Amino acid sequence: MLERLFAEHRLQLEVDVDMSLLDERPVDETPVPEPQDQEPIEEQVPFRPRALVRSERVEILLSAAAGVTGSGVMCLLFDWTHALTFAIWALLIFLVSVYLLARDSQSPIVATDRLITTLVWTSGGIAVAVLAWMLGYVVVKGIAGLNYEYLTSDMSKVGPLDDGGGVFHAIVGTLEQMLIASVLSIPIAILTAVYLHEIRGRLAGIVRFVIDAMSGLPSIVAGLFIYTVWVLQGQGPSGLAAGLALAILMIPTVTRTAEEMLKTIDDGLRESALALGAPQWRSVMQVVLPTARSGLITASILGVARAVGETAPVLLTAFGSSSINWSPFNGPQADLPLYIYQLLRQPNPAQIARAWSGALVLVLLVLILFVLARVIGERGARVRGGSR
Amino acid sequence: MTTVQSPQTAETPAANRQVVSSEILPEEQHPSSRIDATDVTCWFGKRKVLERCTLSMEPGEVTALIGPSGCGKSTFLRSLNRMHELVPVAAIAGTIELDGVDIYSEEMSPTEVRSRIGMVFQKPNPFPAMSIADNVLAGLSLSGMSNEDPKALVEQCLRRAGLWAEVSDRLNEGGMSLSGGQQQRLCIARALAVHPDVLLMDEPCSALDPISTRVIEQTIRELCEEITIVIVTHNMQQAQRVSDKCAFFLVESIGDPGRIVEAGPTAQVFENPSDPRTYDYVTGQFG
Repeated sequence: MLERLFAEHRLQLEVDVDMSLLDERPVDETPVPEPQDQEPIEEQVPFRPRALVRSERVEILLSAAAGVTGSGVMCLLFDWTHALTFAIWALLIFLVSVYLLARDSQSPIVATDRLITTLVWTSGGIAVAVLAWMLGYVVVKGIAGLNYEYLTSDMSKVGPLDDGGGVFHAIVGTLEQMLIASVLSIPIAILTAVYLHEIRGRLAGIVRFVIDAMSGLPSIVAGLFIYTVWVLQGQGPSGLAAGLALAILMIPTVTRTAEEMLKTIDDGLRESALALGAPQWRSVMQVVLPTARSGLITASILGVARAVGETAPVLLTAFGSSSINWSPFNGPQADLPLYIYQLLRQPNPAQIARAWSGALVLVLLVLILFVLARVIGERGARVRGGSR
Repeated sequence: MTTVQSPQTAETPAANRQVVSSEILPEEQHPSSRIDATDVTCWFGKRKVLERCTLSMEPGEVTALIGPSGCGKSTFLRSLNRMHELVPVAAIAGTIELDGVDIYSEEMSPTEVRSRIGMVFQKPNPFPAMSIADNVLAGLSLSGMSNEDPKALVEQCLRRAGLWAEVSDRLNEGGMSLSGGQQQRLCIARALAVHPDVLLMDEPCSALDPISTRVIEQTIRELCEEITIVIVTHNMQQAQRVSDKCAFFLVESIGDPGRIVEAGPTAQVFENPSDPRTYDYVTGQFG
């Protein structure tokens, strides 16, 4: 049964390919030249073979049209108004139509293949679309309030209904807290990864279990922990306390990603280093870590990304502030997520607009940090003469 | 120095050695070492993979370890510079002496053993994060040695590995930018830079094309004047071309450990083996 289907499918494909050749390639009417020595060799016309022939592309376009119209009609009939409802129904009708058309024109096997391919494409598309939509929303809402004054002033002298004010104190807070958290957590995390994968100590299993458990730790619990053992023990709220809480959140992410990166390093490199008479620590420091450099930077970036958007632990440890506090070691400090959270809860539109601008600043800041980390990583690799 | 030679100009080992001795840098000559392995038995966990192997690797000679896959040649080779013990479940019995000193005794640390007995692996593996020159020098910093004139050392080692002419103008490029055969010669240069007394080679040419293989075989013949070389190879012709002495390893039936069936001068092992199993193997009747 399957074999028969497969044979049909093959036959169908061959026919399709032939059709597509006729479709795509300029028809060459000149007779094949006699093989003579003087005859110049005819220029070949390149063409790109396509995965989908024209009829198949038409099918997919038809399906898309069916999805949009079908869903539109349903929305009108049942009086649905939400864009999301429309999108979901359009997608469902599109997928069903893709499957049915392919099954009708070819075979169930081809149809299933087409359906799954379409699903994969659509999933990727949805992921990108949601991200783009979200970023677009932040940009649209936040761009209006973004100017030099906003970036360089704090909220200390701004009354509830005043104009002006800014985000500078929150930027300073975020940068200082992330710096503290990174300096504390990234070395610990990378050394832990080295323990897990290079040393492979007897406790590796237990350590890995604890790290995994930590990665599921709700961020507010990390905040509560620092609040109890640090803030309430006479140290008071500070950027440092926030940095500690964020470091707890970063360690598991960076450790597990760094371990995965170390796994990608060929064991042959480790053996070569040892065979040259290296003690293991030199092999790790001079060969393994430099080779994994780019991956370790990625791991660190993921850790920063995990922590930079956290609100709850910062609320419990740095408390937030409306004026600038340069010192991360003393007194309450703001940071961007907390700034956004606190302003969004205010009733007046000016504050809410500031919050959106803050969100945009946060997104841009993260973007700048990522690009910087990548550039530094790449340049380091080039200086060392590495090439891919 | 011509580094690429066409296969037609193949020379006999003896002739090769003549050509070579004139090219050796005289200041590099130091007395080479001997390794005596006695009753070496190796285990991975409970499984015995090698039993009572006794073999002497003489100074200034190339010893080839031949035999079918899975017969313990590589394990034996790796036990010679204490790489065997890197596998967590590995165990070993018997003695291996480098110039009369047991390398598994407390007199020698694994790092000292490995810097005196270098190794080149089957797969070329230059350190990707380092330039060509840094790759050659890697062994020095890795084993905590220093050198007053690193530039000269780089040139010397690359010359000895037969790679200098090809890379002298791009020493600062990454090691991964070379071809497979060049990478393998870079690995040989890297191993030479720490001045080993013995060089172990684990199928160094099995991933390479015939021309690169030819160049590396030539390099081996040049090096053996001053360094004792032990090479594992699946290639019978290669064993005949490069080695002075040959040891034939065999697993007699599935589940048995590998043993040395016969060891002796290469010519004798190939032309007049004393054991019928050796005859069958070297004449290509099995394996």
